[in-house]
Amino acid sequence: MEIKETSMVGTLELGDVEITLWPNPGKGIEIELESDVKLQFGGAIERAVREELARFSIENACVRLVDKGALDCVIRARMACAICRGVGVPYDWAKEDGEK
Amino acid sequence: MSRTSLRRSSLYVGGGSPAKILEARFCAADCIVYDLEDSVSPRDKDAARLLIYRAVRYHRPPGKYVLIRVNGLYAPQLGEDLEAAVRARPDAIRLPKVETAEEVLRIDKRIGEIEAEAGIPQGATELWCNIESALGVANAREIATASPRVTALALGAEDYTASMGARRSKTGWEIFYARMRVLEACRLAGISAQDAVFSDIDDLEGLKADLETARGLGFDGKTVIHPRQIDIVNAAFTPTQKEIRQAKRVLQALEEGIRNHTGVVVLDGSMVDKPMERRARDILARAAAAGLETEGEWS
Amino acid sequence: MMVNSLGRELPEKVGSYIVRPYGSEAVETAVTVRTNRTAGTRSNGGSKLLGSIVAALEACGLQSGMTISFHHSFREGDLVVGQVMAAIRELGIHDLRFAPSAVVNLSNFSLAEYVRDGTITRIEASGIRGELGDSLIDGSIRMEEPAILRPHGARPRAIEMGELAIDVAFIAVSASDEYGNSTGQIGTNICGSLGYSFIDARSARKVVAITDTLVDYPCCPASISQQYVDYVVKVDKVGDSGKIGAGAARLTKNPRDLTIAQRVAEIIAASRRFQEGFSFQTGAGAISIACTKFLSEQMERRGVTASFALGGITSGIIDMYDAGQVRVVECSQSFDARAAGAIYSRPGVREIDNADYANAYSKGNFLDHLNFGVLGALEVDTDFNVNLLTGSSGRMMGGLGGGPDVAEGADISIVTLPIVRGRTPSVVRRVFTCCTPGETVACVVTQAGIALNPHHRHYGELREDLERAGIKPVTIQELQQLAEEITGVPEPIRTTDRVVAVVEYRDGSVVDVIRETVF
Repeated sequence: MEIKETSMVGTLELGDVEITLWPNPGKGIEIELESDVKLQFGGAIERAVREELARFSIENACVRLVDKGALDCVIRARMACAICRGVGVPYDWAKEDGEK
Repeated sequence: MSRTSLRRSSLYVGGGSPAKILEARFCAADCIVYDLEDSVSPRDKDAARLLIYRAVRYHRPPGKYVLIRVNGLYAPQLGEDLEAAVRARPDAIRLPKVETAEEVLRIDKRIGEIEAEAGIPQGATELWCNIESALGVANAREIATASPRVTALALGAEDYTASMGARRSKTGWEIFYARMRVLEACRLAGISAQDAVFSDIDDLEGLKADLETARGLGFDGKTVIHPRQIDIVNAAFTPTQKEIRQAKRVLQALEEGIRNHTGVVVLDGSMVDKPMERRARDILARAAAAGLETEGEWS
Repeated sequence: MMVNSLGRELPEKVGSYIVRPYGSEAVETAVTVRTNRTAGTRSNGGSKLLGSIVAALEACGLQSGMTISFHHSFREGDLVVGQVMAAIRELGIHDLRFAPSAVVNLSNFSLAEYVRDGTITRIEASGIRGELGDSLIDGSIRMEEPAILRPHGARPRAIEMGELAIDVAFIAVSASDEYGNSTGQIGTNICGSLGYSFIDARSARKVVAITDTLVDYPCCPASISQQYVDYVVKVDKVGDSGKIGAGAARLTKNPRDLTIAQRVAEIIAASRRFQEGFSFQTGAGAISIACTKFLSEQMERRGVTASFALGGITSGIIDMYDAGQVRVVECSQSFDARAAGAIYSRPGVREIDNADYANAYSKGNFLDHLNFGVLGALEVDTDFNVNLLTGSSGRMMGGLGGGPDVAEGADISIVTLPIVRGRTPSVVRRVFTCCTPGETVACVVTQAGIALNPHHRHYGELREDLERAGIKPVTIQELQQLAEEITGVPEPIRTTDRVVAVVEYRDGSVVDVIRETVF
């Protein structure tokens, strides 16, 4: 899938992350991360972002995260929402039916 | 009875706030209600839906009865809310403003379809119906028995009083009839009766007085809107030591009666009858569920 | 490389600082303290008032390489440090050792700037939060000598032993007469207790009282006596009383903090030491203020009153004094304007010397008689070691304060913290910087449960008392695992071998060092 327009989701409250996602045609995935926990969780955050993009088969996108200590599940939920908004499709709830 | 069988307090947690969702797992409420309705603005419904889905499906708080409150029965978001909420596998879905049994049947059918698609056992998803209008109160009995999924009715006083043209008061006289009618419907259906929110979170004494009424009438639990209210609500719906002692005496007297074949059992000058026995067993079951020492098996 | 009894790796020497590892017997016996008072020559009875700070610097003979000190009783409202340092720079004096009772973030003074330009080359305090601390950790500012961080109770000891010899002490006071009798209790901009500066007044070679309110001789009340003061300088404003609050006096509505505070009060009430005449220190901050309120309720319910409340004092404690719940308030620091004013207006609210509060190396201090101490923390580990200084972001986040003193001194020391902050776990396998030795911590309270330290001297007693009250503790390992389950396993923070600060204990031994972080 391709990101069609810039989308934004999340807040700057403690425990949340504000994600901005925009098209990056033909130039792969670029991630910009601002976080107080970058030293300890920077790698984990980037992995979560890439995995969520991969789940939607997105190969080109710019992602900016202003992280306020969001947990992994929050980052993934916000990413999924940003992607759905940016692509313009609803979330496919049946996708994880087989998963444990 | 397990810890999770208690339904004394259910806390609404806004679906827009990751911090509140995390913190809820540490609170003392028996039931957590993740909210997609009033606490979430229309433009953030999609974000909240994903957040709650992930939190409930993959990071479910241990030892809690988990509910998701979806948007209203006629709201455009309801369809997708149900898709997400059922698949998150909560204990129950909480439906706002239920007014007829037909509405329950419609939702029951849709939940059944999603359960089938998602490979969730049929009927696993329970329903709590918020009764918050004159019509809902009038139809409470039919709603309570509309589907086996319905395991509780919860009174919503603010919308109900608005629909009645009543003024909300601390004494709660304006909701007395609604309380009784909802409670009676629950008892007839054998399901849990949940009392209305007490809105003034700073008035803890007022809350205690309100609980005195609700507990006295027979409610099983109460919805809370702030964690400060939880301890007080739990305490009100937990049997006191005095009640536990008395209940034990009743059952002991009955046991002795059976052993000695005395037929009629008398305690403190009055006959121990079936209702008395049922009340005693109920008190001990509640006490055990709340983790109180009840010594011995009475259920 | 050495390893101390807490398992922390320490170099033998940092710059010219020779490390004495914590927990070694050599340190225990080495500590015998003499006072280092410098009385000066006979005074002539004339005015000590000088026209400017520059004049006072010249009169004191301040030169490059000397040691200067300040107190932090105005906290972030302090205006004196900035004015004095600007005057020092104006005179071209450099290479100073900067030794305040604590470093706080000030709007009119950037410590980092003064270190960068060489005015300050050595720092000794209870913490160095702010730009300088962060810059030392990331290596963007480097100093030849490590910063020496001491808990409040250790500073008077270090001064009296000559480890920290102060050349000139600058003491901000809200009122003074021309002869140096001065106080923090009256005047336009009060800060209340001046407890931290008593030791400086007694021990520094030269003492300058700086005020914005001159009063007729004799100034009454007087906290700092004329016998110690060399010069008095009047400036426009010494500080802002409104900013001395370490936490707002209003009760928090944060359910997490309320839960933690409620649990602390329940633990105190469950203890056999909670009886008529008991003593406590709750401190400042959201949890502490709520805790003071809940403790007051427990005392009322049980009909128990306290003999004394200790340390940093808030309005909540003053309310308890007024209600007859506390007989004496021993105040080493005032945490809000109302508490600051209470020393003057209430006979049982006393301003006490910081050494009287927490110095273990004297003939006696209040901590020796403290039953309950409630403490905050950034991190605690499964050995109950406490980190008060460095955050997971690789930044300086706090100061030692009286934490290590209170933990050891109080019979029951209670460390409070949320189990996670954002994505940062607070209960960890190993604290990044060890500040308070775990063996001195009796219990840890989080919103997710209470853990008792099986190695604390009162463990058996506390376990029994909690059991009787129906309070069920969990293990510290369970809390650590829960925290990790919520946040995920953090990657270790990598450091270089370069030590930027040493963390001293009450006796001057080293509990840990802080190294430059690799970003």
